[in-house]
Amino acid sequence: MQRYSIFSLARNALTGHRNWPQAWRSPAPKPEYDVVIVGGGGHGLATAYYLAAEHGIANVAVLEKGWLGGGNTGRNTTIIRSNYLWDESAAIYEKALQLYEGLSRELNFNIMLSQRGVLNLAHNEHDLKEMARRVRAIRGNGIDSEILSPAEIKKLVPAINVSKDMRYPILGASLQRRGGVARHDAVAWGFARGADARGVDIVQNCEVTGIDRKGGRVTGVRTSLGPIKAGKVGVVVAGHASVLAGMAGFRLPIDSHPLQAMVSEPIKPILDCVVMSNAVHVYVSQSDKGELVIGAGIDSFNSYAQRGSWQIIEGQMGALVELFPVFSRLRLMRSWGGIVDTCPDASPILSKTPVEGLYFNCGWGTGGFKATPGSGWAFAHTIARDEPHPLAAPFSLDRFTTGALIDEHGAAAVAH
Amino acid sequence: MLLIRCPYCGLRDESEFSYGGEADIARPLEPETLTDAEWADYVFLRTNTKGRFREQWVHAHGCGRWFTLVRDTVTHAHGETGVFGGVEPEADG
Repeated sequence: MQRYSIFSLARNALTGHRNWPQAWRSPAPKPEYDVVIVGGGGHGLATAYYLAAEHGIANVAVLEKGWLGGGNTGRNTTIIRSNYLWDESAAIYEKALQLYEGLSRELNFNIMLSQRGVLNLAHNEHDLKEMARRVRAIRGNGIDSEILSPAEIKKLVPAINVSKDMRYPILGASLQRRGGVARHDAVAWGFARGADARGVDIVQNCEVTGIDRKGGRVTGVRTSLGPIKAGKVGVVVAGHASVLAGMAGFRLPIDSHPLQAMVSEPIKPILDCVVMSNAVHVYVSQSDKGELVIGAGIDSFNSYAQRGSWQIIEGQMGALVELFPVFSRLRLMRSWGGIVDTCPDASPILSKTPVEGLYFNCGWGTGGFKATPGSGWAFAHTIARDEPHPLAAPFSLDRFTTGALIDEHGAAAVAH
Repeated sequence: MLLIRCPYCGLRDESEFSYGGEADIARPLEPETLTDAEWADYVFLRTNTKGRFREQWVHAHGCGRWFTLVRDTVTHAHGETGVFGGVEPEADG
């Protein structure tokens, strides 16, 4: 791997940038690997990276049916935060945030992390009380969080409407200053380059069509490029976890839904933090290119179509122009959808499965991007040691039998 | 937006309906005899079909009645509806 630096930049400038090497190889798959990771999104690539970097397991393939980061990794609104209510969630999302803070240096790849702050708005008495409770719980876990008055919100976000004659006036907000955004593609690419440099084979356009088992143990996968044997298989597919589980003969507590996002036309800098509102339900930030990046909730029906219904977009536009009347003159440039796998308790699954040697990392619902490095970190350990990492253990499949659910439907005051 | 044919009221906008998820999940008749795993299967596990999927909707902002719909979760194309515990009514839309 050629390291990126000011010197390599200068050296390549002298040759007109014609000699940059490929960031990762595109090898044909070998007939057998120690570990096969199904899914080349951020979480799968992070898992492969940490398997190689932390556990010395480099005979690994990442199989991706499309292109790297072409699923939910490239479709989310890039928000990162760790202000979750319950201890189990706080632990894994905070681990992810801490890894994010050092990730550009660790991967020698600029993931463009911008800790610009994430603001969660409160619009009624109940919101305020709930927010106070959450902020205390979050601070109790050693995670930064503070409460802002409407005047302080207005100072931080001058474009916002804090007048009292709104339909749902803004009464306060919680702020996580360490939260923010990162370049989602760069997270996938950085992990891919780092994993490849450590010997991991990244195979794109390779769809897994079956999971081979013998005597209750996984033996490999069948793919569009032929069968591949594997000692262990880690499934990290956002949007198709139930389909992959079906290949291995069991069901998951998951429903798949469309989640839409959209961007406006680019404008000059107007919004330098992330603003989220659960009550009116919209979240918005401004990208480095100047577009407003906007999202809200899922479409209610099950779908694998990567598109949703118009009234969902209409609803969040109504909320957006209520919060920021100045945005009403903007045009939407494009909208798109991804498939999110949602669990009944709105928490993910990082788990061993009924099949020995087969592990699932799925069900991140609407908020998986922020967890990418922490998820990969904990899942790599789970695969390497065949036992859940302490950060992953509470998120095992068993919780749906024992009843030890991690109810994050409030999800730290907002959808993701 | 989907256009959904309520078996009682006919063709209406999706926004008149609320979604009820996967159909054909019957509550066990003797829940106290189930193991924890069997109970978890009933409460939480779903088939989450990719393709033709039987699901439940309620015409919340209309007649208020529940019905089933077969819809393809990849194309969103949908057609046959069914009603619970009764004779299929004559749709008027």
